[in-house]
Amino acid sequence: MSATENGHSDMDEAAVVALTGVSRRFGDHPALDDISLSLHRGEILGLIGRSGAGKSTLIRCLNGLEKPDTGRVEIDGQDITPLSEQALQPVRRRIGMIFQHFNLLSSKTIADNVALPLKIAGQPEARRRARVMELLDLVGLADKAGAYPAQLSGGQKQRVGIARALAPDPLLLLSDEATSALDPETTHSILDLLRSVNRELGLTILMITHEIEVVRQIASRVVVLDQGRIVEEGPVARVLATPRSETTRSLVRSLSPMLPDTIAAQITPTGAQALLRLDVFGAQARQPFLSQISDLTGRPAHLVHGGLSDVQGEPFGRLFIALGTADPASVAKVVAAMTPLSAGVEVLGNVPSQL
Amino acid sequence: MSLPSFDLLARGLWETVVMTGVSGFFSLVFGLPLGLVLVTTDRGGIFEATTVNRFLGAIVNALRSLPFIILLVAVIPLTRLIVGSAIGIAAAIVPLTIAAIPYFARIAEVSLREVPQGLIDAARAMGASRWTIIRDVLVPESLPSLVSGFTVTLVTLVGASAMAGAVGAGGLGDIAIRYGYQRFETGTMLAVVAILILLVSLLQWAGDAVARRIDHR
Ligand SMILES: Nc1ncnc2c1ncn2[C@@H]1O[C@H](COP(=O)(O)OP(=O)(O)OP(=O)(O)O)[C@@H](O)[C@H]1O
Ligand SMILES: [Mg+2]
Repeated sequence: MSATENGHSDMDEAAVVALTGVSRRFGDHPALDDISLSLHRGEILGLIGRSGAGKSTLIRCLNGLEKPDTGRVEIDGQDITPLSEQALQPVRRRIGMIFQHFNLLSSKTIADNVALPLKIAGQPEARRRARVMELLDLVGLADKAGAYPAQLSGGQKQRVGIARALAPDPLLLLSDEATSALDPETTHSILDLLRSVNRELGLTILMITHEIEVVRQIASRVVVLDQGRIVEEGPVARVLATPRSETTRSLVRSLSPMLPDTIAAQITPTGAQALLRLDVFGAQARQPFLSQISDLTGRPAHLVHGGLSDVQGEPFGRLFIALGTADPASVAKVVAAMTPLSAGVEVLGNVPSQL
Repeated sequence: MSLPSFDLLARGLWETVVMTGVSGFFSLVFGLPLGLVLVTTDRGGIFEATTVNRFLGAIVNALRSLPFIILLVAVIPLTRLIVGSAIGIAAAIVPLTIAAIPYFARIAEVSLREVPQGLIDAARAMGASRWTIIRDVLVPESLPSLVSGFTVTLVTLVGASAMAGAVGAGGLGDIAIRYGYQRFETGTMLAVVAILILLVSLLQWAGDAVARRIDHR
C-alpha cells in the first residue's frame, strides 16, 4: 500500500502494532498467509472478512494467545513472537480485549469483573475500587456494580467488557466481533462508546467484524481479509466507494442502495431512455448531477432511486438516473462527462419513459 | 422384635459421620488439586504436560476400576502400616480415602472442564498468571458444580463406609451386619436403614442448598 494513501509511512515510528510476514497454519490449512500490517497510534482500524477468513487468528496473534509459525509481531516496538507465556504477561496487561460473547466471569460481580485486570496488575484494593467506579460511570453502569453478569442484558454485558478492557489504561484495544451478538440499536450505542473512548483517550483500536456497517460507522482505515490474505487496505471512504477486490465488492454491496425489482424488471435493450448507475463519494458526491446531465442531453434527467450515506464525514452513495433519452451519442457524452466526477458509471440498459 | 438400643445407633451414626467426614475431607484436599492437575496438564491446558497427564490419568483409572470391597482388603497391609491396625474406624478411613481421592478428582475434572475456554482466554489476555487463572477463574467458575460433585462424593462415602463395616470398621454398616443380619434384629436393621436415608437426604439437601446459593450463572 502506498504511503500517501495510508497517510503514514510504512516504517512508522508511532506504530502501536506492526506485523511482518505473519503466517499461521492449522494442519495444512493456512489460516493466515504472509500478513503485514501496522496500526498507528490513535487510529481505529477495521479488519473485515467473511467467516473463516482468519480474523480471530490474527487478533489472537497480537496478544500472543496464538503463536504465528513465521513472521514478527511487534507491539509498541517489541517483538513478542519469541516470548514465553510468562514473558507475555506484562505485554498483555497493556492490551485490552473485548469479545463477541463478552467472557465475563459469572462468579464475580460487575465491579469485581472490571477490577480483575487491576488486581492482576497488582493495584491496591482502595485504588482499584475508585478506578472501577470511574469506569462504570464511563460506560453508564454505575448502578450495576453489585450485580452479577447473568442479571445484565447483552449490551450491558458488552459495556462491562469494555470497562474491563479499559481498566488498566491500555495502549491498544482489540475487539473481536464485539457487536455481532447485539441488535442494531445496541450495536450503535456500543460503537458510539468506542468512538468516544478513541477520541477522548486517544486509544488505538483494532475492530474485527464481518459487518461492513460497523466499519463504515467507526473505522478510519480498513483491511479486508480473505482466506488468510489481505486483499485490500485503505481509508474507509475510498475502499467502500471504489472497492478493488471481489471480496470487498461483495461485502460492500449491502451498503449501497439496490435498484428495486419493479424497476429492474423493466430494463430492456430497446426502452425509451437509458438508465445510469452512478457511484459517488467524497468531495464530488454533491454535484448537481441532474442538471449537469440535462445540460448535456437537452432532456430532463430523473432520479429513479438511490441515496447518500455518510462515511467518516464523507458522503458516499449510489444514484440511479434515467437520462430522458436513449440516443447512443448523448448517452456516451453523459458517461464520458460523469466518469471523472464519480466512483463508477454504468449504463444498465433502457427503461420506458414512464416509470 | 426387640427395640434397638439408642446408644448403639448413636455411636454407629457418629462413626459413620467420622469416617465419611475425614475421608471426605482428604478427598477434597487431595482430589481437587488432582482434578486441577488433570485439567491443566492436558493438551492445550495452562500447564500443558501430556506425559504427566497420561501417567496420573492411568493411576486414577486404575484406582477407579477397583471395586471398593476389593480395595478394602487389598490395602490392609498399607492400613496396618499407617494406623497400626486393620480394624476400627481409623483403619477404614485409609481405604475410604484412597477410593475417594480419585473419585472426587474425576468429578472435579469434569466440573473444571466445563469452564468455557473463552473465560480462560479472557484472563490470559489480561496478563493473568496461571495461578490467578486457577484462583480467579477455574475454581470460582466451577464452584457450584464442584459443590454438587463433592456432595455426590460424600453420599458415595456414606455407602462405602457401610461396606467397610463388613470388615469390622464400625459405623452403621457394622451395626446392620452384626445385629440386623447375624442376630436377626429386624428393628435394628430398619432403624439403621432409616438413619442412612435421613443422613443421605440431609447431605444432599445441604449440598444442593449451598450449590444454589453460590451459583450466579
Ligand atoms: N484452533 C484451531 N484449530 C484448527 N483450525 C483452526 C483453529 N482456529 C482457527 N482455525 C481455522 O482457521 C481458519 C480461520 O479461523 P478464524 O477463527 O481466525 O476465522 P474468523 O475470520 O475469525 O471467522 P469467524 O468470522 O467465523 O469468527 C478457519 O478455517 C478455522 O477453521
Ligand atoms: Mg472469529
